Amino acid sequence: MKAAIFRNMMMSAALLAGFGGLGTALVMATFEATKDQIEASEKANLLKNLNNIIPSDSYTNNLLDNKLIVPPTTQLGNKNSTTIYQAWQGKKPIAVAFSVIAHDGYSGDIKLLVAIKASGHISGVRIISHKETPGLGDKIDISKDNWVLSFNDKSLENPIRKKWKVKKDGGIFDQFTGATITPRAVVGAVYKALDYYKYNESKLFLDQAKYDQLYGPSVHQ
Amino acid sequence: MPETEAISITETNDTTEDTPSFIDEYAPIAKEGVWTNNAVFAQMLGLCPLLAVSNSVVNALGLGIATTLVLILSNMSVSLIRNIVRPEIRLPVFVVIIASAVTAIELIIHAWFHELYLVLGIFIPLIVTNCAIIARAEAFASKNTLGKSFFDGLMMGFGFTLVLLALGIIREVIGMGTLLSNAHIMFGDGMQWLTIEVFPNYDGFLLALLPPGAFIGLAFLLAGRNYFDRCLKDMAKKKSQDLTTEKSTA
Repeated sequence: MKAAIFRNMMMSAALLAGFGGLGTALVMATFEATKDQIEASEKANLLKNLNNIIPSDSYTNNLLDNKLIVPPTTQLGNKNSTTIYQAWQGKKPIAVAFSVIAHDGYSGDIKLLVAIKASGHISGVRIISHKETPGLGDKIDISKDNWVLSFNDKSLENPIRKKWKVKKDGGIFDQFTGATITPRAVVGAVYKALDYYKYNESKLFLDQAKYDQLYGPSVHQ
Repeated sequence: MPETEAISITETNDTTEDTPSFIDEYAPIAKEGVWTNNAVFAQMLGLCPLLAVSNSVVNALGLGIATTLVLILSNMSVSLIRNIVRPEIRLPVFVVIIASAVTAIELIIHAWFHELYLVLGIFIPLIVTNCAIIARAEAFASKNTLGKSFFDGLMMGFGFTLVLLALGIIREVIGMGTLLSNAHIMFGDGMQWLTIEVFPNYDGFLLALLPPGAFIGLAFLLAGRNYFDRCLKDMAKKKSQDLTTEKSTA
């Protein structure tokens, strides 16, 4: 009797394990089959985002290959190291692009991609991810509104530092009706990115080996 | 329903009696899946993704198709193994099958519909928890043949997608004044022209896009469905009454 129960249990366990194995095999096979395509899609997507803010005809190198990984700083608001994408025309530096995170949005973090020309002017800004209120704060998204284009060609001299605020706070950037916190957070983040660029200009166009040699190996994560 | 009975008797006389015709077997499955036993309208299952993702037509269509694929895959696999699996472990086995199918489909969407993947995000893996899927595995696929289970999955998924689409259309038109905005993330880059501006220069109506809009929209859909069903019933009643009165006068 006991043996029968035991045999029954073992059969069930074996069946369950068998199906678990089958399921895992299916997922593994799909993973292998889609791995390269997923990587390619992510790269294409990243390149598309970068080309929106650094025109693809202004540089000649492969943006995704010329990158520099720098340790996290509070200025960029991130806990992990940041990847700096460098645009070059031959040996002439054109622009860098990197992501900045604003923690002071209305709901959750706002992640931006900022491109700054070698001259210190903004080449372009895009919002990568946010959880702002639809219809109010989400106008920072280029698919909803052109507001984010108002950063183009701005620098720390134009407008002067004091004016890097939304109009309500005495600056030059528009806020939205019913939403001030969101644009304020974005303006602050872009300002910090420019500031970061200004103080690290000489470092950001180095290649990784040189950077590590001069400033110690950054934390790769 | 005296008329339909008479017809079906004459039909079964033509074919052999114990194998009902293809249409007789499959038409009820389609009717069940799309209307009478619709995952949302009748069973009230899978509401979480339905309410969350139905804020635009493209999102709704994306999740609807993904759910349909999972339903078909899980129904077919469950039907295939229905004679091997013991009753006491059937539910864990179904869950393993559904989870593997969902993960596989998530990877495929990630690979080939990258932007759609970014939009749908967490709701693709959450298909695993859509009760409609395990309900179909347990209630239908574990008792029926492969062909029927496939068809049931297709029809249940189709019914679910239809409700998603209806809700998506209502919420997008009222909320943003457009239809099929962001069409390119689903159909490819050349397809932006699919987007229709229903109300040009529309300011948007936030409520429809936020979760309450989903609940209100679904309530109207359900009420409309119940009203339609009652009208059908009343009409049928009237018809049968007319028939009996005609007969009695004749």
